Amino acid sequence: MAKLNLNRVPMNKQEPEIRRWNPYEVALGYSYEQAVEEANRCLQCKKPGCMNGCPVNVDIPGFVGALAQGDLPQAAQVLWKHNSLPAICGRVCPQETQCESQCVLGKKGAPIAIGRLERFVADWARANPEESGVFNPELPKSTGKKVAILGSGPAGLTCAADLAKSGHQVTVFEALHLAGGVCVYGIPEFRLPKSIVQAEVNYLQNTLGVDFELNHVMGRISNVDELLKDGYDAVFLGVGAGAPMFLNIPGENSKGVYSANEFLVRLNLMKAYLFPQYDTPIKIGKRVAVLGAGNVTMDSARWALRMGAEEVHVVYRRTKAEMPARAEERGNAEEEGIIFDLLTNPSQVLSDEQGWVKGMECVRMELGEPDESGRRRPVPIKGSEFVVDFDTVVPALGTQPNPLIPRTTPGLETTKRGTVQADENGKTTKEGVWAGGDIVTGAATVISAMGAGKRASAAINEYLK
Amino acid sequence: MNKIVEKKELAPKIKQLDIENPEIAAKVSPGQFAIVITGGKGERFPLTVAGADPSKGTIRLIFNEVGKSSKELGTFSVGQELRGLAGPLGNPTEIENFGTVLCFGGGVMSGPLLYIAEAFRQAGNKLIVAIGARTSELLIFKEELQAIADKFYVCTDDGSEGYQGVDFLNDVLKEKKGDYALAMSVATATQKAICEITRPFGIKTITSLTPIMLDGTGMCGACRVNVGGETKFACVDGPEFDGHLVDWDLLESRKRTYVAEERTSSLCYEMGEEFASAEK
Ligand SMILES: Cc1cc2nc3c(=O)[nH]c(=O)nc-3n(C[C@H](O)[C@H](O)[C@H](O)COP(=O)(O)OP(=O)(O)OC[C@H]3O[C@@H](n4cnc5c(N)ncnc54)[C@H](O)[C@@H]3O)c2cc1C
Ligand SMILES: Cc1cc2nc3c(=O)[nH]c(=O)nc-3n(C[C@H](O)[C@H](O)[C@H](O)COP(=O)(O)OP(=O)(O)OC[C@H]3O[C@@H](n4cnc5c(N)ncnc54)[C@H](O)[C@@H]3O)c2cc1C
Ligand code: FES
Repeated sequence: MAKLNLNRVPMNKQEPEIRRWNPYEVALGYSYEQAVEEANRCLQCKKPGCMNGCPVNVDIPGFVGALAQGDLPQAAQVLWKHNSLPAICGRVCPQETQCESQCVLGKKGAPIAIGRLERFVADWARANPEESGVFNPELPKSTGKKVAILGSGPAGLTCAADLAKSGHQVTVFEALHLAGGVCVYGIPEFRLPKSIVQAEVNYLQNTLGVDFELNHVMGRISNVDELLKDGYDAVFLGVGAGAPMFLNIPGENSKGVYSANEFLVRLNLMKAYLFPQYDTPIKIGKRVAVLGAGNVTMDSARWALRMGAEEVHVVYRRTKAEMPARAEERGNAEEEGIIFDLLTNPSQVLSDEQGWVKGMECVRMELGEPDESGRRRPVPIKGSEFVVDFDTVVPALGTQPNPLIPRTTPGLETTKRGTVQADENGKTTKEGVWAGGDIVTGAATVISAMGAGKRASAAINEYLK
Repeated sequence: MNKIVEKKELAPKIKQLDIENPEIAAKVSPGQFAIVITGGKGERFPLTVAGADPSKGTIRLIFNEVGKSSKELGTFSVGQELRGLAGPLGNPTEIENFGTVLCFGGGVMSGPLLYIAEAFRQAGNKLIVAIGARTSELLIFKEELQAIADKFYVCTDDGSEGYQGVDFLNDVLKEKKGDYALAMSVATATQKAICEITRPFGIKTITSLTPIMLDGTGMCGACRVNVGGETKFACVDGPEFDGHLVDWDLLESRKRTYVAEERTSSLCYEMGEEFASAEK
């Protein structure tokens, strides 16, 4: 075995001062040589910790080992066995808290760059579909069973792919005019190019024979009971948690205040960055405040910069240590020049006579005793109010389930938070109906949604036997 | 799907399309709207459904050609298909036997008003119908609405036909106070004016709000309006609200967010051919 190598092969990225002006992907990925070199650092542990860290149990040593040997088709086949969306996961999974956090190399040095290797293999397979052997699955004879999938995010797509591979006839109903869920409307082009998401959707449609019914707002045009009556044998709910939250402070309805969802949908789904070539506009001022500290906050802040804002502030009531955003994305944001106003909480949005945002009144915070989440609770410092000028404000405070499906599905129990109740296999309180992803967990991750879609597909398969 | 099966010009720059979409046709109720996407680069814009024929599988949309999207929609001819059509969205009008209902339709919205008024009529209501427009030639569905109304009035901003302005409704209500009212218009000022006329009479007045929308499914909040001091999403909580509780100034202000961009978009569209030939 080669000598223990504690340093990972760096990945090329666009330089911060260049990328802050363009919508193109920040990370450029490994070359073949770089990927093989990085893969060769893997110790091929007998009891691989990395796999325990993966919510869908990808055979990580298996695909990394094949890659180390230069056997790309084998690497792709091992990877695809457990993960049908690796090009997406390789880019957006929080590997640092999952697989990579369990890598033994991490004890002394840098863990294997599993995400980058996953991305490399996935991109290679897409560019070499024939050779990879992963895009021509042998589909079994049709079972004659029909399954309806509501929502086309990672949960819905994964569930649909697995059920189609089992020979069921699958139809995906999606409210928007494009499939992909948050991957198409939320996560920006510069982190996840939309062509990659579209390629996944095309694969389901063209190779696996999944039907897509776009522009179908379920609960309005049809509902779960009608689907079950119309001959669907099972239904999977993967409708996400897409309703935005606001701070409910005065002035929040001023012009120039966008929920992060609106901001990102305009830019990603509707391509407002190409206005007027594309019809949907967006108005981003010179000084932008994005409220919150999650991935959604970083994504909105970095888009604002790319749209020409001079100063972009992330306004957060706690400190850096409590920020839920991925470390890598926070780092990228900092490199690009995003300013962090920590221990700061907005108390009011101020507007001019025309109703346009002109600033925010904020209050300084300090950390007190830990709260239910174990993080120290931020408390306002009396009399510390101050005013800052902003012309665009983007509350990125998280999302909650849209009540449309629960409200129109009698017998489907929900929790106090509005999420759908389901067991670990996604089975809901309603016969023939499964659910998974953000609609069950509340806003979480792509990979956990995929895991839920996978477990539900197995359970539905059992049910349909 | 979404094929245009019939097209009519009802008045200058007011068009009517019957569009094939059996699923929406089977489900839609008066008061609901649909989101239209004309082409691959198009925006998502809302239009109130102005009728449906479930047996033919068609729905009817009536619109003013005011900016890029509606002008482009106006160029669609019979046989062509829309890129996307999502619906039915929003809540249906609450239809009950209220007694006498005052129905007001401003401009293009007299179209959807006819669809709703027919439902009120079927539920046993007596109808006072008034329609208005900027000028005489923009009045639509006069005969059709008159046919189902117990009392029928026409008004114009310039006085070219019927009463001038909407103030005459004061006298109408003094003579016969209605039990319920519905005000339809895309112009905030008109909606507000009708609501202010009915307020002193204590007539509950429902009005269909037209803020800027994006998805129309409750996921963005672009459509937020203030009703009775609370923020509501018009696309899922409405589009119809109690007009006596609406913050009209906020609505009008938010509707004006993109005036500059709307102009750019419209100009680029109109001058598109010139640009294309300049490039050659
Ligand atoms: C800006 C942003 C950045 C993120 N970054 C990351 C990241 O870096 N890494 C990561 O792992 N996770 C990230 N996440 C979280 C991740 O994207 C989600 O957890 C994941 O997409 C959830 O998948 P899902 O399938 O449950 O739902 P979604 O992806 O939300 O998909 C749900 C789909 O259902 C559709 N739908 C909703 N209601 C209806 C209805 N009534 N009828 C029909 N269709 C309906 C929606 O339109 C949508 O397309 C991010 C989220 C956001 C918003
Ligand atoms: C729930 C809902 C239902 C609606 N129903 C209808 C409908 O049935 N028929 C219809 O014509 N419109 C309707 N509207 C308005 C319609 O959505 C807009 O007219 C449309 O977005 C115009 O897009 P555009 O690109 O053509 O014009 P834009 O570029 O968006 O607008 C150009 C300018 O015209 C003004 N304007 C917008 N609508 C009108 C109008 N109808 N008449 C005169 N001026 C206008 C705007 O304020 C703007 O300044 C509805 C709106 C909502 C929210
Ligand atoms: S239009 Fe997006 S929430 Fe209403």
